[in-house]
Amino acid sequence: MTEKVNLIKINKLSFAYPSRQPIFNKMNFNFSKGQRIGLVGPNGSGKTTLFHLIMGLLSPLEGKIEIFRKERKEERDFAEVRERIGLVFQDPDDQLFSPTVAEDISFGPLNLGKNHQETKEILKETLETLGLIGFENRITHNLSYGEKRLVSLATVWAMQPEVLLLDEPIVWLDEKTIEKVEQILKSNQNLSYIIISHDKKFLKNTTDSIYLMDNGEIIKI
Amino acid sequence: MVNLIKEKFSKGTSIIHALDPRVKIIVILLFSVIVAVTDKTISLIAALLFSIMIVMIAKLKAKEILSRLLVVNSFIFLLWIMLPFTFGGEKIYTLGSMGISQEGIKYAFLISIKSNSIVLAGIALLSTTSVYNIIHALHHLYLPDKLTQLFFFTYRYLHTIYSEYVSLNNALKIRGFKPGTNFHTYKTYAYLVGMLLVRSYDRSNRVYDAMLCRGFKGKFWTLNHFNFKKTDFVAGTMMITCVLGLVLLP
Repeated sequence: MTEKVNLIKINKLSFAYPSRQPIFNKMNFNFSKGQRIGLVGPNGSGKTTLFHLIMGLLSPLEGKIEIFRKERKEERDFAEVRERIGLVFQDPDDQLFSPTVAEDISFGPLNLGKNHQETKEILKETLETLGLIGFENRITHNLSYGEKRLVSLATVWAMQPEVLLLDEPIVWLDEKTIEKVEQILKSNQNLSYIIISHDKKFLKNTTDSIYLMDNGEIIKI
Repeated sequence: MVNLIKEKFSKGTSIIHALDPRVKIIVILLFSVIVAVTDKTISLIAALLFSIMIVMIAKLKAKEILSRLLVVNSFIFLLWIMLPFTFGGEKIYTLGSMGISQEGIKYAFLISIKSNSIVLAGIALLSTTSVYNIIHALHHLYLPDKLTQLFFFTYRYLHTIYSEYVSLNNALKIRGFKPGTNFHTYKTYAYLVGMLLVRSYDRSNRVYDAMLCRGFKGKFWTLNHFNFKKTDFVAGTMMITCVLGLVLLP
């Protein structure tokens, strides 16, 4: 068996929002390459918070976050993390801000320094993989909710991340769209991901193991 | 989907619609400045004719144009009430203790022509472009990034905030809220506005976070570029010549 490459290693991490009960108290968590895990837990247990800590949108009170075998502390350290880990937000209206679908999908690749030719190729591939051909010039705020969710996944997919963090990717989606999301996730065998979801069937279809987050701890179930 | 701004005129097939937005912005800018500072009646009448001509070339619906002009002219109507009586100078008619000044009438007349021609040209040149294209064009015309981004996000999230307002308002209605002139209504609307502010603030943070997660480092890279075509050059030169010609009229 090949040795596991550790992608995310969280050591004795504590975090609390101002003037509220701590969410994490010396929490540990490991995530290795190739893993596809589901994360469940009661509302307010800190699932989204964990994603935001990994992306450097929040800073821990204490503890160590190691991503891609490097300790990440400052804003600078996270710039590289954000290029290699993709986070899809809960609310697609937070993610989609460009006028057209094509421009929104290109935003990430252009930030990564891809030139126009490369970006247009990535755009085409992404639209193909996600079944969004024909959506290029649609206005993002006029899309239906399900379409918005798919496009916001596409905007992150286009950055070709090594790890995807999906925050409730299928709430309020119909069965057909959920199936589509499942197929998209299965289409890239090299991708590792963590999915926050309350949908047991969806997690069974897309992940290898499920972790429970409760009382500031993450346990495999 | 609720739409706050309809951009009624932005879709069309006329030559004005097809023109490069950058050309349109430059022409309207030059035109507005010149019309605003000129006091020669002949130039101003020519300017009005010029803007009517562009409106006609753009093939916009006369009814829609008139309803927009009505808004502007209701303000100008106030000037017609005020200026002739307060301007001073030579009186041509006395009405009780008040005199009607000839200068005042002339001034009100000039202001009417100026505002109408600027508004008409604005409708013909700017409303025929989508807001996003205007922002895009401003970016290409080297307007500072911060200003274009501000404009862009204001426009993009106006829609989202408006639909949030609509859903909050519906939430009030389904619980039997009827606005009236009472403290309960004021309090409820204050809560609604407060909630909108808080939500927008939170949303702006989340949008920024989402942008950071996609590698945003303060600079916007645009995917599409405008093509400056031969027709843009010809039409642009023609319009700029006309506008400059306004000044040179005897």
